[in-house]
Amino acid sequence: MKGLLAVDMRSYTIVLALVVLWIALSLLSDGAFFTPRNLSNLFRQGSVVAFIAVGMVLVIAAGQIDLSAGSLAGLAGAIAALMQVRWLPALAASTGWTALASGWPAAILSIAAAVACGVALGAVQGVWVAYGKVPAFIVTLGGSLVFRGWLLGITRGVNIAPMDPKFQLLGQAYLSTGLGTTLGMIAVAAVIAYRIYSRINRQRYGLTVRPVWLEALATVGVCAMIIFFVTQMNSYRGIPVPVILLLALAGLFTFITTRTQFGRHVYAIGGNIEAARLSGINIRQSIFKIFMVVGAMAGVSGAVLSARLNVATANAGSQFELNAIAACVIGGTSLAGGEGSIPMALIGALIMASVDNGMSLLNVESFWQQIIKGLILATAVLIDVNSRKGRD
Amino acid sequence: MPEQKKVLLRISNVSKSFPGTKALDNVSLDVYEGEIHAICGENGAGKSTLMKILSGVYPGGSYEGEFFLQGTKCQFAGVKDSEQFGIRIIYQELTLVPQMTVAENILLGAEPNKYGIINQNQLYSQAEQLLKEYDLNVPCSAKVSSLGIGQQQMVEIAKALSGRARLLILDEPTSALTIDETETLLRIIRELKGRGVTCIYISHKLEEVFEIADRISVLRDGKLIGTAETSQLDHNKVVSMMVGREMESQYPPRQRQVGDVILSVKNWTVVKDGGASRPVVQDVSFDLRRGEVLGIAGLMGSGRTELVQSIFGEYGKRVSGELILNGEPVTINSSQDAIKHGLALLAEDRKQLSLILKHPILTNVTISSLRELLRGGVIDQNRELSAVHDYRDRLAIKAPSVHTVVNELSGGNQQKVAIAKWLMTDPQVLIMDEPTRGIDVGTKYEVYKLMNDLTSRGVSIIMVSSELPEVLGMSDRILVMREGTMAGIVDNDNVSMEEIMLLATGAA
Repeated sequence: MKGLLAVDMRSYTIVLALVVLWIALSLLSDGAFFTPRNLSNLFRQGSVVAFIAVGMVLVIAAGQIDLSAGSLAGLAGAIAALMQVRWLPALAASTGWTALASGWPAAILSIAAAVACGVALGAVQGVWVAYGKVPAFIVTLGGSLVFRGWLLGITRGVNIAPMDPKFQLLGQAYLSTGLGTTLGMIAVAAVIAYRIYSRINRQRYGLTVRPVWLEALATVGVCAMIIFFVTQMNSYRGIPVPVILLLALAGLFTFITTRTQFGRHVYAIGGNIEAARLSGINIRQSIFKIFMVVGAMAGVSGAVLSARLNVATANAGSQFELNAIAACVIGGTSLAGGEGSIPMALIGALIMASVDNGMSLLNVESFWQQIIKGLILATAVLIDVNSRKGRD
Repeated sequence: MPEQKKVLLRISNVSKSFPGTKALDNVSLDVYEGEIHAICGENGAGKSTLMKILSGVYPGGSYEGEFFLQGTKCQFAGVKDSEQFGIRIIYQELTLVPQMTVAENILLGAEPNKYGIINQNQLYSQAEQLLKEYDLNVPCSAKVSSLGIGQQQMVEIAKALSGRARLLILDEPTSALTIDETETLLRIIRELKGRGVTCIYISHKLEEVFEIADRISVLRDGKLIGTAETSQLDHNKVVSMMVGREMESQYPPRQRQVGDVILSVKNWTVVKDGGASRPVVQDVSFDLRRGEVLGIAGLMGSGRTELVQSIFGEYGKRVSGELILNGEPVTINSSQDAIKHGLALLAEDRKQLSLILKHPILTNVTISSLRELLRGGVIDQNRELSAVHDYRDRLAIKAPSVHTVVNELSGGNQQKVAIAKWLMTDPQVLIMDEPTRGIDVGTKYEVYKLMNDLTSRGVSIIMVSSELPEVLGMSDRILVMREGTMAGIVDNDNVSMEEIMLLATGAA
């Protein structure tokens, strides 16, 4: 019971922090922050880092770290861009398969190339960490230099543009308001149904359940967030495609981390690697897979970034990994490993994105933006660590 | 008469509650100056809670009642306060920095210095003096990692004494020590007493307690059951005070129903990872029969743990030798292989090697058998919950819920969680390395009964243990290890402890 409430309290605190932040930014910006248009922008901007944060939760929960994800995202984004701008047209010219050079085929092949690049390079790093026994910190620090250098090499420092219009949809399109509303209603219904189902289940096994009022309040809170999100997005242009893709992937990985063998193994490895080893967990294989996952998410992030900006640049994705780590940590993921929640990391990412967006709205100079973000990160951990003290 | 003695520590009506349990219930207790006062009780009886109050881990205000040291009321805000007051605790788990030298550890945090610059010479001479004063035989400049556990314990004691301890509390100090080391420790404690140091001695091992204590207090379910002079008590009396009933025997009776050979280990030789040194296990061969308990005895460092861990595929790089399981030769290179073949290893150190302390009971129990709970690649949470509930009931794991974090359980219950994890894999060979280390008499008895229950169902058990009475009480046959080799394997009828010891020490 105590543990249950403690976890809940932390989630509530983080959500509350987000609400307070939004109110503050709205007041400071005379309401400019809290408009559907700005929020829509905010979500779209924030999503690129959030993709990486999703993968980073797994990495950190397993007691590892990935410092290369930002560079990898930049590299993958450039590969997606080069694919449609140079390689496919060249292939079409030499083979006559002109259908490949534009439209949906080009868009899909570009995205696939970006993700494949992420997975492959994630796998290489995974091999170094898991089988080569080099600490992840070192492997990915080296990786970040290699990937950034490679990115400079293939772009020659020149912007790669423009993207195919179909490819741009990945970063710039919106769901129709009808579809958005339908998805929102499904989500609300699913949340209510799941809450009731799990409550009944817990009672059936004689487990303590939260008081009804708290359960109701939490459910209403989550539903209100969904409804708020959908109505805000719909009153601008609809839910942005990258955001819906992010939510889908976050949902998928939340499921994987909580309900599959692989997910349990990830947390066990971070919780106590020796116990995990003797419990019959294939440590090396799991760590290898984790780095493929974070690589894949970096690939997606890079593709979305190129699509949204309609250009691939040599410094794309720089410091994404640090923002993603910050998002995880603000969301309560402990760097000691063994714990971490993807939904909470998304809230963490939203907090970081809101700070970015809000300060730009307020014309805060960029050096101040960095200082403030740094302080927010350190303070978040300070509060988290000290509120946990009572438990251990 | 004890009434004439000066009271050093007076505990008066101390109570402490946790959600759902009353860990201490109105405990009042006097400790006299210069005595060795043993506190006995099962795990969860409240010993650790009481010690945490005395040492300031639970600060003043978080409990009811009060306590006085030499008449002064103590209200500690934290451990630092209690140390300044002269209360020093030596915990079950050692708290030394292995990379630092003995002297550096002894004076850690109290290094002689000028403007923050440590005076190395003074540091060593001060530590040397302290070790000499209390006649502790440890080299001052040795790295702690190079010492045995017994010597580390002495460093720990020296560290405690360096702070001018008025009251020394030893919490299960011998749980990891060999017989020789235990003897040395007890001798040291007696000498300390001669120098006027007052000791509270917490131990499960009643032999030690009777050997050393002036008085014994027994706690049960948070209440003080009684305090008496050691001379007025005997073994059975203390045990019955601890468990609240007369114990007929420490070891439940067992029917031998030994079947065919299930596992054969042949010419087993293991070398340490990355080391070309002397093999840690050399040319060991034995058979294990269905439904049998094979005890493995030997001194610390004799290769017992290395033997069983290597059989389980998790120790050493080059393993020569053969494993034959159910008549078929098998290769086991990892714990995954071992589990697949029906082997289970309850590791010797539950906190480091068995459990994920910050995770709940539920995931700890199922982590090795998730495959059995999958439905379409997804963990069936209902089946998982009901399976874990079954094990909780079967092993009588005391916890508010299966979602309780393992860290919050007592040692005995933690061990039960670790055992449940392995039972859930449905093993045919269960290897238990020190299965009852650091757990209380009542839980020990439960573990023994469970072992008998398993063997009667045809499970074979290999039990590594440092406690000879346990080996003799539970095994059908006993394999004795000495310096990595097999010193002998004997049937357990009419074997005496002395005979086993002779084999283990090579004096035979």
